[in-house]
Amino acid sequence: MALYSEKVMDHFRNPRNVGRIEDADGVGEVGNAKCGDIMTIYLKIKDDRIEDVKFETFGCGSAIASSSMATELIKGKSVADAMALTNRAVAEALDGLPAHKLHCSVLAEEAIKAALLDYYKKNGISYDPALFPDCEHCAGCGH
Amino acid sequence: MRIYVDNAATTKMSPTAINAMLPYMSETYGNPSSLHSVGQAANEALADARSRVAGVLGCDAREIIFTSGGSEADNQAILSAARLGERRGKRHIISTAFEHHAVLHTLQKLEKEGFSVTLLDVHENGLVTAEQVADVIREDTCLVTIMYANNEIGTIQPIAEIGALCRQRGVLFHTDAVQAVGHLPINVREQNIDLLSFSGHKFRGPKGVGVLYARRGVALTNVIEGGAQEWGKRAGTENIPAIMGMAAALEEASAHRSESGKRLSVLRDRLIEGLSQIPHSAVNGDTRSRLPGNVNFCFEGIEGESLLLLLDDKGICASSGSACTSGSLDPSHVLLAIGRPHEVAHGSLRLSLGEENTAEEVEYIIAAVTEVVAYLRSISPVWRELESGRKEFMLK
Repeated sequence: MALYSEKVMDHFRNPRNVGRIEDADGVGEVGNAKCGDIMTIYLKIKDDRIEDVKFETFGCGSAIASSSMATELIKGKSVADAMALTNRAVAEALDGLPAHKLHCSVLAEEAIKAALLDYYKKNGISYDPALFPDCEHCAGCGH
Repeated sequence: MRIYVDNAATTKMSPTAINAMLPYMSETYGNPSSLHSVGQAANEALADARSRVAGVLGCDAREIIFTSGGSEADNQAILSAARLGERRGKRHIISTAFEHHAVLHTLQKLEKEGFSVTLLDVHENGLVTAEQVADVIREDTCLVTIMYANNEIGTIQPIAEIGALCRQRGVLFHTDAVQAVGHLPINVREQNIDLLSFSGHKFRGPKGVGVLYARRGVALTNVIEGGAQEWGKRAGTENIPAIMGMAAALEEASAHRSESGKRLSVLRDRLIEGLSQIPHSAVNGDTRSRLPGNVNFCFEGIEGESLLLLLDDKGICASSGSACTSGSLDPSHVLLAIGRPHEVAHGSLRLSLGEENTAEEVEYIIAAVTEVVAYLRSISPVWRELESGRKEFMLK
């Protein structure tokens, strides 16, 4: 069996929404180059909808695929729907990830939440801090 | 199209080796321990293979043990030396930080038993010196185990000097020569080697077979118990087809070693030259004291697994010391040992050339790697930070 599903390889080879948004309404960056993964998510939000989303990722195949899939899953959705995106949903949409790569889908969820947090803060929107994971202590690696 | 440049992982078998195996599967299929004619024919073949292997290493047939591969040979060599040492109250072992895990994990096992292990720092050029060994040899040192050539970065250690030092100080010397045998000159007598391990499949022989050389007088401890095969030191019916294939491949590789090494060095040097044109890249390990077919690079701002997968899409089968390929999140312990920071060590690529690689392939690889690195950098937030000057480049 191959390391990755066809879906993962497709999103890795042809990532959707790669790039940056210069005038983004929210930017989130998570991960650590020491651990080998960094994801940056850029959001353009209009009328409480994710009008546009882009990503940049330094990481392995599943990190790039997870970022790509996560952006697909939230594009055009409401901010509340984007907030509700889980790492499990990302991994399932990719037809699964190898066990030692599941942290990539966790990073994707965290990156989107970090970008939304940035959006809330920039716009003075109140939010529930409990909904945001503490990205500084990601369980993905020991650094 | 497929360009296979992962010969340090394993090699395509040579037709000579394959042909040498075939009769021992269909005609001379006997068990060498059997007394009947089919068994005795196999036993003769085994003895013949043993003397041929001994001939290449410069030792006696009596000093050769066939094993299941390099890992088993490493385990047995180290455990044997440790048992010999502890009988004389010597429980200190010297090795290096960038050995293969077959060595490092065996040493960790011994540490749990109370042995103390000194792992020498490796210089940033990927080399250790005999002086470093001399500095840490103690009264209770029972073994020095240092690889002949590193499996990731291909650097060749001064094993003859280390061997001479160990002999003079009365300490056993083992070398993991898995990457060296068939590719570098070996003579266990001249190089003062007491224990040496290697594997059949790194020089176009079969997988699942290897050799432990143990100098006469160095008593081995069994790792596998059972029958009296291999002088009673390694139980289990001998894998005759694999042993015959390995012996044939070893003789063939040794006969062509010099010319093949020259040809591969030219390809290697061209690859290094071409890949060095990629900005913020660096070759890992000394470029002179290096296996003829080994190229290992770090490219800043990208991660190695993505690079490998995209190269595979372009028909290039390569490898990396990357964390992700091994299922661990830590980057290569070899690259960390030569001082590469984590961030840089994640972006590594190993290209190990073999008999079938050509100059045209090398040019194709240079172009493909250059293109893929540029693409991955274009989508990397780390690269953006570096380029914008918010973070400092670690590689020139």
